Amino acid sequence: MHVPDGFLDAPTSLGTAVVAGGGVAFALVRASRRELDDRTAPLAGLVAVFVFAAQMVNFPVGAGTSGHLIGAALAAALVGPATATLCLTVVLAVQAFLFADGGVTALGTNLLLMSVLAVWVGYGVTRVFLAVLPRRPGSVPFAAAAGALVSVPAAALAFVGLYALGGAAPIPLGALVTAMGAWHVVIGVGEAAITFLAVSSIIAARPDLVHAARGRLPVLELRTPEPVA
Amino acid sequence: MSTRTRPSTRRLVVVGGLVSLLVAGVLSVFASASPDGLEHVAGTLGFADTARDSAAAGSPLADYGVGGISNGALSGGLAGVLGVLATAVVMAGLVLLLRRLGRGRG
Repeated sequence: MHVPDGFLDAPTSLGTAVVAGGGVAFALVRASRRELDDRTAPLAGLVAVFVFAAQMVNFPVGAGTSGHLIGAALAAALVGPATATLCLTVVLAVQAFLFADGGVTALGTNLLLMSVLAVWVGYGVTRVFLAVLPRRPGSVPFAAAAGALVSVPAAALAFVGLYALGGAAPIPLGALVTAMGAWHVVIGVGEAAITFLAVSSIIAARPDLVHAARGRLPVLELRTPEPVA
Repeated sequence: MSTRTRPSTRRLVVVGGLVSLLVAGVLSVFASASPDGLEHVAGTLGFADTARDSAAAGSPLADYGVGGISNGALSGGLAGVLGVLATAVVMAGLVLLLRRLGRGRG
């Protein structure tokens, strides 16, 4: 999903960089005011590191094609959407500048697609599922997996939209929608599976740190035993 | 909730960090080398050749290898470990900065 330099023309790349910059600035403010506290901050670091690592492991999806985790819905469920945007932003910047993975002039495009759009779409779908699933921590991995499943084709189709605005080569849009959508639905299934496993692990170990489990932990009641007469 | 004791945050981060190092340093060596979804689509629809080399293509870590190490698995695994460390340092710096600014605002 990492867009290289050259796929999109300069005005479109610049436009996506401006919008992505706005999204990241919003995330900086929101994360520091509403999500990051001394208790949850270490998990934000762990999520960024895990997403970087997992993104290195391409899994085959058939016909000589592979996919890898984006981690947007995973991060949003664990540390909240604004902090997730910051995690993905750090990962994408490290990849672009150190590993030449994803273009440098395309960094704004990749930030917009993965650290802003995939995060908020994934988180939105996760919240919808949380609203209907039983109100306990065990529901969180299922809701996060659903968000993950949708977030990948959503980012792929958003790329098609950007390509329609400023693609370098004239490509029939219908064919691009079909190909990008179909492959990324399959990759989304892998994304959902990894997200389910990762979120389940943290829910099992420390549900109290998980953003999407807020308000779903049993309230501890202090009871004084009845005096025996 | 169960009554078993939960691991401390420190323990969770240490174990999670070790898992991440294993994934980036070892498991990544076995990753599929096939083009990803976007590269595949670009190839079949005929716009793959519009990609240009990134300005960072000359980085010693470009394409998840360490320049100068010819053994593919060693080079890729070491690049993964260095990437995990770089991500950890940048993210920790950002979080600490935000926490400090957040406290300053009250």
